[in-house]
Amino acid sequence: MILSRRSLLGGVAALASAPARAADYAIAPEAIGQGVWLVRGADEPIEAGNGGAIANIAIITTPAGTVLWDCGPSVRYARALRQAAEQLTGKPVVRVYVSHLHPDHGLGLAAFDPAIVAALPGTIDALRAQGQGYADGMYRLLGDWMRGTDLLLPGRAIMASEEDFGGRTLRLLALSGHSAADLALLDPQTGLLMGGDLVFHDRAPSTPTADLSTWRASLDRLKAMPHGGVVPGHGPFDPGGTAAIDQTRDWIDWLEATLTQAVRDGLDMVEAGERPIPDRFVKMAAARYELQRSVSHLYPGLEAALLPRVDVP
Amino acid sequence: MLQRQASLWVALALVLVAADARATAPVDPLGSPMWAAHARTLFGDDPVRFDPRVKVDFPMIAENQRAFPVAIDARAIPGVVRIVILVDLNPIPIAIDYRPLHAAPYVATRIKLDQRTPVRGAVQLASGEWLVSGGWIDAAGGGCSAPPVSRVKGDWAEHLGEIRGEAWPLPGGLARVRLNFRHPMDTGLVDNIATYHLEALRVKDSGGRTLGEMDIWAAVAEDPAITLMVEDGAGAQLTAEARDTNGRDYRAALPMARQSPMPGGR
Repeated sequence: MILSRRSLLGGVAALASAPARAADYAIAPEAIGQGVWLVRGADEPIEAGNGGAIANIAIITTPAGTVLWDCGPSVRYARALRQAAEQLTGKPVVRVYVSHLHPDHGLGLAAFDPAIVAALPGTIDALRAQGQGYADGMYRLLGDWMRGTDLLLPGRAIMASEEDFGGRTLRLLALSGHSAADLALLDPQTGLLMGGDLVFHDRAPSTPTADLSTWRASLDRLKAMPHGGVVPGHGPFDPGGTAAIDQTRDWIDWLEATLTQAVRDGLDMVEAGERPIPDRFVKMAAARYELQRSVSHLYPGLEAALLPRVDVP
Repeated sequence: MLQRQASLWVALALVLVAADARATAPVDPLGSPMWAAHARTLFGDDPVRFDPRVKVDFPMIAENQRAFPVAIDARAIPGVVRIVILVDLNPIPIAIDYRPLHAAPYVATRIKLDQRTPVRGAVQLASGEWLVSGGWIDAAGGGCSAPPVSRVKGDWAEHLGEIRGEAWPLPGGLARVRLNFRHPMDTGLVDNIATYHLEALRVKDSGGRTLGEMDIWAAVAEDPAITLMVEDGAGAQLTAEARDTNGRDYRAALPMARQSPMPGGR
């Protein structure tokens, strides 16, 4: 075959100018209880290879229709999720809960009518203030995966502690600590608890908007509440219901103690991010990555609290 | 006559080529588009080579492009007289130019990143030779061109002059010094906010001897945090003096903490 120089050049130019189109998201729901399915996120940082699909999503079927627990990072993800969920349940999506403001959980809400999307008032306020910044960051990291994803706000502020869907009642818990407003959901029929990002499992917790002491209080409340298996925001399903909560608490306790000691011992941020990670966290994905992120989030505050004033007139 | 003139031109050309060769820095292993220009400005005719003993440490992710931690550790190299933190693709490429007079060749701070860029440490030996190392870091834009947090909050002036810090004795007659200043470190690249930053810092022992001194640019993050390792005259009181571009002076007296259980950090 002989290619003319012109067609060759044309081909090269087309290759160079066509924006790389991202692959499609693979939505693979696994049943974890009567009428409840889990769509696992990748236990990785947000990056082009996973299209930002790193958060766990749950699908709940009810007599009134399909309920989604979080809806992923982009419109394309959310459309694929809705199609998979409606195929599975045979019922249209009637409610989407957005657990908190972070974009890997909720930016996909733009694929739905905002009137069926519900979040805590604090989450809606935070999205109004910071959502565009998060969206810009996601476009920078993910490029074409995000195409068509505009920032929309949930249309329903959650004021009640439960919502009934034709007889299947879901309990809603307004908590905080991972962010200023963290929703958790209990399905009394199965005992399944959706922890959102208050609970991580074998994937290191992230702290960009965290308040560690209120986070601990929220974990205490979740632990004390009767429940069965736990769906963490990131990482594998915890059928026993205590391991993920305990591990999340262990990590944030260790994190705070380690960074506090690092400030007391005169370490700089680079060195604090290189502190050894204990063996008991060896199974945690992205542990070093999240430690270094947490140093960025928490270290300046610890320094301001722990280093003495030394200025003299 | 013609021949003589021609040979003169050849000789002149050779001189020019030789001068040009002397000023040419080695090929950049990071492939930075700004390497040749920065090398010419910063190193002039001094010899330059890349040397992994200049340890340039930073996190794997630029979580905050307004405050990215960087540590330059050249303690494996004897005779270091100067350390420069160079950020190739920042509009303000030099963050710190440090002379560790009676100090270990180590400096850590936080810098602004305006885009994905090489971050380097360049250390100069007494002979004049420069040793360079570093790596690329990805970053969102705007670290240099977004207003400082304290400008947005509007409370920067209330905290100007506050300094936090401490000194920790280290083995080998050294002390680790940490100094955290409150300062907006305005780059001059934000609308209607003129350049305003700390520009000089000096750490002294109780006898007034300068242990280390540095020039500072607005590429250093808002609220500059600086870590050094200076010679410590048997636990004597250390002092720090700084000045900003408005001529405001800053002074600190550093208490000596107990021995750090993590001497040298790592």
